[in-house]
Amino acid sequence: MNITQRYRWLYKPAVFIIALLPLARLVAGAFGIAGISLGADPVNEILHECGKTALQLLLITLAVRPLVRLGRLHNLLRLRRMLGLFAAFYALLHFVTYAWLDQNLDFQAILADILKRPYITIGMAALLMLVPLAVTSTNGWMRRLGRRWQKLHYLIYPIAILGVWHFWWQVKADIREPLAYAAILAALLGYRVVVKARSVSATARGRSADPAP
Amino acid sequence: MKRPDNRIRPSEITPPEVYFDRRQMMALGLASLAAGGIAGRRALAAEAGNASTILAARYKAARNTKLSIASTPNTYEAITTYNNFYEFGTDKSDPSQNAREFRTTPWNVEIGGECEVKGSFTLEDILKPVTFEERVYRLRCVEAWSMVIPWVGFPLADLIKRFKPTSKAKHVEFTTLLDRQQMPGQRYRVLDWPYVEGLRMDEAMHPLTFMVVGVYGRILPNQNGAPLRLVTPWKYGFKNIKSIVRIRFVEKQPLNSWQVAAPNEYGYYANVNPKVDHPRWSQATERRIGGSLFAQRSATEMFNGYAEQVASLYAGMDLTRNF
Ligand code: HEM
Repeated sequence: MNITQRYRWLYKPAVFIIALLPLARLVAGAFGIAGISLGADPVNEILHECGKTALQLLLITLAVRPLVRLGRLHNLLRLRRMLGLFAAFYALLHFVTYAWLDQNLDFQAILADILKRPYITIGMAALLMLVPLAVTSTNGWMRRLGRRWQKLHYLIYPIAILGVWHFWWQVKADIREPLAYAAILAALLGYRVVVKARSVSATARGRSADPAP
Repeated sequence: MKRPDNRIRPSEITPPEVYFDRRQMMALGLASLAAGGIAGRRALAAEAGNASTILAARYKAARNTKLSIASTPNTYEAITTYNNFYEFGTDKSDPSQNAREFRTTPWNVEIGGECEVKGSFTLEDILKPVTFEERVYRLRCVEAWSMVIPWVGFPLADLIKRFKPTSKAKHVEFTTLLDRQQMPGQRYRVLDWPYVEGLRMDEAMHPLTFMVVGVYGRILPNQNGAPLRLVTPWKYGFKNIKSIVRIRFVEKQPLNSWQVAAPNEYGYYANVNPKVDHPRWSQATERRIGGSLFAQRSATEMFNGYAEQVASLYAGMDLTRNF
């Protein structure tokens, strides 16, 4: 038994705790615990932190497959569902922050924003696609949906694209940060395309195809 | 998470009541005693460095109650750590960290264009004949948040008159310092540096238009645009150009930096107007900085609540087109 296998039991709780750290900081900051402060505009800080964490987790989730293949880090596969669920969790918190703390649950204003502001329209579309993925992430749903589960979960790609686009569209002038996210996403998508193309030609030659994302 | 080592902790925030007491203590020469902590002493030392030639007492100016609003100002902490000053970084917390070493002495302001008195003037020249006053103004950012700030300064009109603009002077153009060494934000072309802003002559001469040199009875901190900045309270915050090194009187309407960056989003006038949305967000409401997490947004007022004083400047103008 090598070292990565010996500590297998640790991976899930460790990732679980790490993924909760951004939320822990926000909660501590909101209540002024341990001298943590969210600055002069805490609502904006919570909104942005949740949005950014959601996007980061989406990209990390997408990076699992390439890491498994290129780095032989097979243990990562067992973490992918949790990472994806945390992405959906932070995206939902991001939306709740927007609707509740930022817009004071003024549904008229929220609806107007969703219809009139393209970056919010896009964010909403991404969130609406994330929800069915989170719901069908259980083993039961996997079995029930069979091959269609795979198809459904390819939605993670358009969701990530919309997420980066949403980020890009709301910055005022400094696009360096969304640009970095876009570059990482492009690399991940590029990798997918290459693998897909290779597996198609391999199938044509009678070898087994690469499994889904 | 970014936490500078020696940032002011919430416990060190000066509530306005204490601040007024402290003003008196400072007048008695007990400043260092009152300031107490290391942070306080450091702040005072930094002030002394930048203010060496200008008497600190001048900044404890009397309040102009007629032109001040009655609302309670935001804390010194909020005003000096939540800043849009892209020359020092695009995060709100960047300027207070990156502007610490910014040198504002010596400082020269070049006056030129359509005026009789031109040349390079030292900050001391500029400030010597004017009387400082305190004005509590609303500040409304184009990003839909707002603050209340006790600025210290003098009317821009008082300054302009000294340079005797000619009849050809239709606008005033202001320019911020260009110094990639000291202003790390200028190393990236986020905007077309140096920052430029402009006002129509009648806007510049308006009694509300304020040249600011201090806040809360103290010299202006670097991150707030030291040593000399503009404040036009009925316009979005980005009109309030900071760290000014050049003032020119011009015939043609200047191109201000944000208009150059995104002409369909930011105009020349930039008057606060709840009915004209930014293309990407609504301007109908705003979040007052300093409220609780669950505080309600407030309705944004026409001309940021200064309509009575300034609406006549724009009589007959289509404010949807001239945004
Ligand atoms: C998968 C879904 C989503 C992701 C990944 C996402 C991600 C992000 C990111 C990364 C930011 C920028 C944060 C920063 O600058 O630090 C952001 C900002 C924002 N998002 Fe989202 N978002 C999503 C969905 C939504 C939804 C559904 C809404 C509202 C209906 C929304 C409203 C906003 C708002 C209002 C901002 C702040 C804009 C500003 O400050 O001007 N987002 N989001």
